Amino acid sequence: MDSILQVRQVSKTYGSRQVLHNVSFELGPGKIAGLLGSNGSGKSTMMKLIAGLAQPSAGSISVLDTPVGEESKLLVSFMPDRPLTEKWMKVGDALKFMRDFYPDFDPEKARRMLDFMTLSEKSKISSLSKGMNERLQLTLALSRRARLYMLDEPIGGVDPVARTKILNALMEFYEEDSTILISTHLVSDIERIFDEVIFIKEGEIILHSDVEELRLQRGKSIDELFREVYAEC
Amino acid sequence: MTIEFDNNQPIYLQIMNYLKGEIITGKLKPGDKIPSVRELAAELQINPNTVQRTFQELEREEIVETRRGMGRYVTGREETIMKIKREMAQDILERFVRGMQELGFQSEEIVKAVADNIAAKESRGM
Repeated sequence: MDSILQVRQVSKTYGSRQVLHNVSFELGPGKIAGLLGSNGSGKSTMMKLIAGLAQPSAGSISVLDTPVGEESKLLVSFMPDRPLTEKWMKVGDALKFMRDFYPDFDPEKARRMLDFMTLSEKSKISSLSKGMNERLQLTLALSRRARLYMLDEPIGGVDPVARTKILNALMEFYEEDSTILISTHLVSDIERIFDEVIFIKEGEIILHSDVEELRLQRGKSIDELFREVYAEC
Repeated sequence: MTIEFDNNQPIYLQIMNYLKGEIITGKLKPGDKIPSVRELAAELQINPNTVQRTFQELEREEIVETRRGMGRYVTGREETIMKIKREMAQDILERFVRGMQELGFQSEEIVKAVADNIAAKESRGM
């Protein structure tokens, strides 16, 4: 099967600090993958490199055989851990903004998602709660017709009700031939939607496996394995 | 449809067992259409690929049949349904007998405990 994302021997250093060390992995089409690691493990850096927001110090990354750069940004929809929207905007303005920037933005899908999320186009973004803002950011990211979606901590800091809503929306609106990479350290809430997981620790990949195989072989939940691996951190 | 998932076990096996249970107890009848991958995934809030895997396994065991362009249906073959019924009964029995043995019951005592339990239920009209 052709891979959607290829990461080859990527390292990243900030000054003298090495954040990623010789990381390689691939993701196939139609997969939902979890990039799991504790705070400071290198998850967010990895996400930024794939999104083309920073350059690797060594190695290469490509999306559908397109090296990460201006061209690959049309294939990748990135939901950063900090919102892209501006304070003065209303929800409707954010939609227009996305449509101007991205030719693959689907306003029709965005409206269906807003309905599902019980968000109104007239609401001011500055008045949204944290959970509502996460719902909006997810709507913006998933309403592009991209091949690779990257969600950085999509359920971080929101209450359990909002979490459920966000996960439901993800299942409801994701395109089956696209690939989603989700970084998170909140494993138990989200592990049921993963096909595969990548454990990253101190800038290195220590495990990349199908989740059902892991459960079968170890008789444990992904959350439990995660806790074991990161216990000493 | 609700399933209390145990994240320690493969999810696709849990959905399989759930659907087998529905078939054996007659909640899903021979020839009934089963939900699509997409519908079931949305309902259970899990990954569609996991549901796909469940259906593949059920097809392999010939419990579910795919009719081209029509969807998936519970098999109409009684013997297949009887077979999974026997398999599930066997599982329950194995677990019960092992549990009783671990508690220190001898074979005759286990048989007697079962007979007494059934007799007591019948006398209460259950």
